[in-house]
Amino acid sequence: MQSTNKDWYLASFEAFEKSLNGEMKSSFHGIRKEAIGRFAELGFPTTKNEEWKYTDVSPLTRLRFQPVLQYAGEGVSKKDIERFRLGIQDSHVLVCVNGHFSRELSAIGKIPAGVRLGGLAEEIRSGNQLVEQYLARKAKYENDSFTALSTAFLMDGIFVRVPDGVVVDRPIHVIFISQNQDTEVVVHPRTLVVAGKSSQAAFVESHVSLSSRPYFTNVVTEIVLGENAVVEYDKVQMDSTSAFHISTTHVYQERNSNFASNAITFGGLFVRNNITAVLDGEGSEATLNGLYLATGEQLVDNHTTIDHAKPHCPSHELYKGILAGKSRGVFNGKIFVRKEAQKTDAKQTNKNLVLSDEASIDTKPQLEIFADDVKCTHGATIGQLDDEALFYLRSRGVGLEKARDILIYAFASDVVDKIKVAEMRETLQAMLHDRLEQSRAFNKN
Amino acid sequence: MGVRKEEKGNGMLEIIDLHAEVDGKKILKGINLKVNLGEVHAIMGPNGSGKSTLAQVLAGRESYNVTNGQVLYDGQDLLDMSPDERARAGVFMAFQYPVEIPGVSNTYFLKAGLNAIRKHHGLEELDAMEFLKFVKEKAKFVNMDETLLSRPVNHGFSGGEKKRNEIYQMAVLEPKLAILDETDSGLDIDALRIVAEGINKLRSKNNSIIVVTHYQRILNYVVPDYVHVLLGGRIVRSGGKDLALQLEDKGYDWVKEEVEAVS
Repeated sequence: MQSTNKDWYLASFEAFEKSLNGEMKSSFHGIRKEAIGRFAELGFPTTKNEEWKYTDVSPLTRLRFQPVLQYAGEGVSKKDIERFRLGIQDSHVLVCVNGHFSRELSAIGKIPAGVRLGGLAEEIRSGNQLVEQYLARKAKYENDSFTALSTAFLMDGIFVRVPDGVVVDRPIHVIFISQNQDTEVVVHPRTLVVAGKSSQAAFVESHVSLSSRPYFTNVVTEIVLGENAVVEYDKVQMDSTSAFHISTTHVYQERNSNFASNAITFGGLFVRNNITAVLDGEGSEATLNGLYLATGEQLVDNHTTIDHAKPHCPSHELYKGILAGKSRGVFNGKIFVRKEAQKTDAKQTNKNLVLSDEASIDTKPQLEIFADDVKCTHGATIGQLDDEALFYLRSRGVGLEKARDILIYAFASDVVDKIKVAEMRETLQAMLHDRLEQSRAFNKN
Repeated sequence: MGVRKEEKGNGMLEIIDLHAEVDGKKILKGINLKVNLGEVHAIMGPNGSGKSTLAQVLAGRESYNVTNGQVLYDGQDLLDMSPDERARAGVFMAFQYPVEIPGVSNTYFLKAGLNAIRKHHGLEELDAMEFLKFVKEKAKFVNMDETLLSRPVNHGFSGGEKKRNEIYQMAVLEPKLAILDETDSGLDIDALRIVAEGINKLRSKNNSIIVVTHYQRILNYVVPDYVHVLLGGRIVRSGGKDLALQLEDKGYDWVKEEVEAVS
């Protein structure tokens, strides 16, 4: 059975290749062929694979998703985009429909000199040197089936370049829209962000959909931080509740750079987020935060990796999960400290609020330490709402449902409050509210 | 003894033969008490006498199991109401151990409460600006440090600040019946004065207050109309404010002895 699922994608690749025509001769096509070759060898992971121990991908691989070979954003209007802006009034908006960049739907606005914001296809075509240097080089497809698939089918996506010393004041907001009224599709949203030396930018990546039919979105984002660069990365996942969302974010950091991510997961039926930060320069710092809310039959799996490759690097991690209904959560936090990485200071926390008897969470820290002078702490908690606090709120007149919501917001606020794009915080709280309402409606049915 | 016996017929709270237990252990063994509008009652007793249980039962704590008896609040069956329904109907308990809620600001917490109560009474909910103005006035009224308003509920507050926060909440929510559960315990004399002053400012003809306390000290400031002694889950003696002074002088043992001699 496993092979037929794989064969579906191999056959899709042949159709994809044919659609490329002349582009097959480009140098990047060699990488695509290598990637599909690796996928052919790897196939899809099973639960025997340590990285997929708690998450069985067969519900995903069983389905026959159609690749989207060309831009088909006709059904998407500017008005649709407005409601996906997360309350951020003033941002550089870049839109991709089914993985294809749309200049018409984007509102890039005025950008500082030297900054490039736009589609990846044109950069590949024009032979952009940074694209050649980094694209598919940081997120390794050699040992990861999903990154291999993304790379094999790579056509378009988003390219962001912030030159040395440039500060981009307004957030760069990339909206990935999935649009599939007629068929079940697979899309491969792809992003490359290259932040130059001493540059600064906030990058928001959101995932939304305009239909409720199942689709598979296989996301790969590569972020490169030059020396002393400061980047905030907020990933807001709001796919429809019939979507399969697998994402891989790979962050590569040079000396004294500072990276902070906030991974917010609200949507999807089947969600797996991988994020890896490689601290490959002394004094670089990474903060990986996350908030996930799962209700109904959702599965949300977060795998984080911090690779301490050089000395004197602090890293911080705070992932908080809210699990309601019959949902299932997984958190796996790997901290890798290489022999050279003395004076590493790594802190990891995962806290979970389990709101129903039928919801569950598997949480696992994974420390692999090869240096001897390091500080690594980790902690995980799984709990319910505090009865004392609930009674206190109710004793002041607040009804039970509202009291529960207030405590859930409070739980989430640790993560939400750390997001620097201020306008987003309120939107996220409203979204949290909506999802909790939906969850209650689901439970009543 | 100076006990005023006249029935005014404006009963705020009437407790009739109330029995309650916690984890199968009988704590209240037949409480009878009537509190009229405008009155301040003190309920005194040694540790373990059932004072706090009585307060918790009145506020609606679910872990306390009422096995017998009735409580009428403003003519309604209080025991039939959820904790939040009681609060919306005007019952307030100042907690002996106020709960810390990190991540929720004091202001947000109170706004949720006040607006729930207002909605219940058919009043319009206050928006953020109106509410802020209102709470600032109230903070001034009970001498509450304004900076505590924006901080998370009781989180990192000192013992005294927590107790003052309870009285402040009482000022904002304007209950008809306030039950102050050992609001005086653990306070130094300055904090006690401020808390007592707040209570006195809130005391009026239009509400009733039950001061549950171990010590007589607070009653020097908040002078009660009635004092009741709770022992072994029953009210064994009731009197005027002088009873509190007697207890302060002689402790609880003499009451115990008298009760035992009678039974």
